[in-house]
Amino acid sequence: MSGDHDERILTVTMPKWGLSMTTGRIVEIHVAEGDTIAKGDDVLDIDTDKIAGTLESPVAGPVRRLVAEVGDELPVGAVLAVVAPAEVPDGEIDAVVAEAKEAAASGALEVPDEPQPQLVEIGGRTISYFTLTAEEPGGDPVVLVHGFGGDKNSWLFVQQPLAEHHVVHALDLPGHGASDKEVGDGSLTSLADTVVGFLDALGISRAHLVGHSLGGAVVAAVARSTPGRVASLTLLAPAGYSADADAEYLRGFAAAATRRELKPLVGRLFADPALVTRQLVDDLLRYKRLDGVDKALSVLLGTLLDGDRQAIDTRGLLAGVDVPVTVVWGTADRILPPPDDIGERVDAGHMVHMEAANDVVRVLRAHL
Amino acid sequence: MTGTLTQAPAAELTPDALLDAYRTMRTIRDFEERVHEEFATGDIPGFVHLYAGEEASATGVCSHLDLRDAIASTHRGHGHCIAKGVDVMGMMAEIFGKLTGSCRGKGGSMHIADLSKGMLGANGIVGGGPPLICGRALASKLKGDGGVAVAFFGDGASNQGTTLESLNLASIWNLPAIFVAENNGYAEATSSTWSVATDDIADRAAAFGMPGVIVDGFDFFAVHEAAGEAVARAREGGGPTLIEVKFTRYFGHFEGDQQLYRADEVRNARENLDCLKVFRARVTGSGQLTDDQLDQVDQEVATAIAASVVAAKAAPKPGADDLLTDVYVSYQ
Amino acid sequence: MARSITYREAINEAIAQEMARDERVIVMGEDNAGGAGSPGEDDAWGGVLGVTKGLYGKFPGRVLDTPISESAFVGAAVGAATGGLRPVVELMFIDFLGVCFDQIFNQAAKFRYMFGGKAVTPVVVRTMWGAGLRAAAQHSQSLLSVVTHIPGLKVVAPSNPYDAKGLLIQAIRDDDPVIFAEHKMLYDVSGDVPEESYAIPFGEANIVREGSNGHADVTIVAIGRMVNTALEAADELASSGIQVEIIDPRTTSPLDTDTILESVENTGRLVVVDESNPRCSLATDIAALAAQEVFGSLRAPIQQVTGPHTPVPFADSLEDLFIPDTTRVAAAVKTVVDHVG
Repeated sequence: MSGDHDERILTVTMPKWGLSMTTGRIVEIHVAEGDTIAKGDDVLDIDTDKIAGTLESPVAGPVRRLVAEVGDELPVGAVLAVVAPAEVPDGEIDAVVAEAKEAAASGALEVPDEPQPQLVEIGGRTISYFTLTAEEPGGDPVVLVHGFGGDKNSWLFVQQPLAEHHVVHALDLPGHGASDKEVGDGSLTSLADTVVGFLDALGISRAHLVGHSLGGAVVAAVARSTPGRVASLTLLAPAGYSADADAEYLRGFAAAATRRELKPLVGRLFADPALVTRQLVDDLLRYKRLDGVDKALSVLLGTLLDGDRQAIDTRGLLAGVDVPVTVVWGTADRILPPPDDIGERVDAGHMVHMEAANDVVRVLRAHL
Repeated sequence: MTGTLTQAPAAELTPDALLDAYRTMRTIRDFEERVHEEFATGDIPGFVHLYAGEEASATGVCSHLDLRDAIASTHRGHGHCIAKGVDVMGMMAEIFGKLTGSCRGKGGSMHIADLSKGMLGANGIVGGGPPLICGRALASKLKGDGGVAVAFFGDGASNQGTTLESLNLASIWNLPAIFVAENNGYAEATSSTWSVATDDIADRAAAFGMPGVIVDGFDFFAVHEAAGEAVARAREGGGPTLIEVKFTRYFGHFEGDQQLYRADEVRNARENLDCLKVFRARVTGSGQLTDDQLDQVDQEVATAIAASVVAAKAAPKPGADDLLTDVYVSYQ
Repeated sequence: MARSITYREAINEAIAQEMARDERVIVMGEDNAGGAGSPGEDDAWGGVLGVTKGLYGKFPGRVLDTPISESAFVGAAVGAATGGLRPVVELMFIDFLGVCFDQIFNQAAKFRYMFGGKAVTPVVVRTMWGAGLRAAAQHSQSLLSVVTHIPGLKVVAPSNPYDAKGLLIQAIRDDDPVIFAEHKMLYDVSGDVPEESYAIPFGEANIVREGSNGHADVTIVAIGRMVNTALEAADELASSGIQVEIIDPRTTSPLDTDTILESVENTGRLVVVDESNPRCSLATDIAALAAQEVFGSLRAPIQQVTGPHTPVPFADSLEDLFIPDTTRVAAAVKTVVDHVG
């Protein structure tokens, strides 16, 4: 947008959710022209190729124009809606809309320099991570740790909103994403050592640790070994809170070599299996085909499971550890069913940070 | 470099080695005579091409080889198989199309193979073997295991492009390969004196920059000596050799061939051009072996061949379960 | 980590990584180093289109130039495979099958069966296929159906750089003989390819494009370069409200019949796009498969979009007519969609 429009004119633009997102397709629009919206209101559902997400409004005020229509495929940065007080004349709004449409069509959108994933050596392994930084970050940085078979990109809906106020790192555990695929003994201790090594390598004295599933147990183990480095723990559907687990899923995921085998399993991760797109499954297959991944997952399976039961005791790890802990669980989690005594429930399956990202962001913002 | 070897010295072979060579030749002869009889009864399906009369070639060459070494054969391949150590019981069962055969009844006479013995198969395609042998020789050369590879082929295959291309490739890559042209005078029913443009197949070696040798195929010792030189040269990195073995076959191109094209030469060959008779006269004349020793081998071989036929006839045929297996190592 | 490289670079990288991983892997072919025995550079060419360039320098002694003598050197690769090596042999153009086919289909393909399951022949024949380079009738054919026909061979035809690398690594690790067909018009196409090694299993089709919200009107099965043609056509058709699902079989032997049939059952309409000649082709094969197995799901006669029953012509005006284009694909899709049964 050029800067010579009325300052009171605000825009809602196509977000960039995840490294590979270049365009998004409008699936549903939740507001109408004339509505007045607040920050955080649901504006649009956007399909990113990998998974659909809901865009919450970053601005407040009356919706003067909806630029996007359902079905539109628009580049990151494209104007989707124009918000402005009633006093701003229609003519000025129309000029903004016209300029936005031209920019989207011409491909002339200014996409800022993309931050790229980086590599760091930790304990003889190359670890990949991705950092987003707020212009004026406050407080301790946030470190996001994915679960079994996941990677740093699984935080696509969470990392960017958190980075409005913080420095947010998402890393790939050994055996995952773009990190080395060799996991050694694959023990919880060795995974936790990698996270501590990551804090050391980046000179982070203390961080808010957020872990999903296996990553939840990993960050809990970090809090156990080095509580002084942990400002808070946020555990999303963490491993080791009960012995129950969908062992068939875990073993099936490790063994699956084809889309046909993998797709139904991945569907179990979500409350709404329709969220599983071709691209999401393809990306998982691309990961699973890499040399060394088979072995890594098979070793980590031994860390996660004892027969059909969970082998990890995260509650035991946290006993007596003086770090604030928040646990969030999806009500429809079929992989690690929510224990009865977990208070914070959101409407999602196991992948709470993908399926109920906005809720997860809200919970996190409340204590970061 | 083409030369002719006629009088080869026998002194270097021990009595045990001589007995082994005789046993191999006798086994081939008896095996083929028996297959000839059994084929006539109708119990053996398909095409069968017999090696009787040519025993000295396979035996003389293969007596220099061990498990590092590989051979490729022709569709007249039984003799090469036996000389390279393929189990006679399995061979006979294979020819009868039985599950206990070398190839579980899926190959038959024209495709008997045993890769564990370095026998890459009889081959139904004339000239199919020489390129494969270049590859086996290349593998030995790159691995440095000292192995050599031998392509047996006939006067018919000597006119195939694959053979001529392979002679060139083996020469420019300096491969430990040996090309044994078994010239029995006929490609099917067509005389090699008509189909081969040069006087001798061995003459062609000069065109590919390698030694060419002609040997008397009825004389085990001549073949043994020529092959010995070629194998030694190949093992030492000296490159390939073309050996032309001249002889005749006793039976037709395939079983059922009336051999009307051959006039009366077969009876003459059987009486006067028999490598087994030549061998016996030579080793008993020199005192290296006795007639009793050789007679005992004859007895043992006859017993073994008879047993192989009994077992082959009694063995089960492959069934429907076997039709679809062994096409791929794996196929999703 | 993924970065964008070309199809040619992806193939080269796959070979280089497998040569580094497994010393049994060797490369041979005409000018695969290029310049052997010549007064200039030893590594001048890397094959006629430079696919193997640089390998000779990295792996001297394991990249062999051959004489123009396909029967001998393709057969030598087959023989070497039975002798414990894993040769990757380049048959410059698939058209040259004519001068070495015996070694491929009578020897390599049949050893395992003829020898009762006792032979293992891990040879990869890399070969260039397809029209579009104005290379005329003897350097432009799409003979995949010829090799797909042969039991004992596996046939791979990658349509993009990611698949090219992963499928070639699988081909080299595979214990069966593999024909790896590289489309000559794709060599300079770029795409995201991980730096790490990975193998894509054979017999798993790629669903290149799905319909919208799980719904598609038509299934297109497209092979090799035609996948891109189908994608372009699908974009055009989407703007007129027709949703196309595109399946790239990736390997024609084994063929992922389940994925194809499942899609046709969902859409009820099938268009097969293959630039080869039409008779006894992959198109007829896939069409027959659908007609036999899911006839009851079909809402329209199957359409085949192929080259004509002619040799590939030379003149650009003619070759452009020979190769199926987006217009013909879109027209076939409209035909099946508009069909009133």
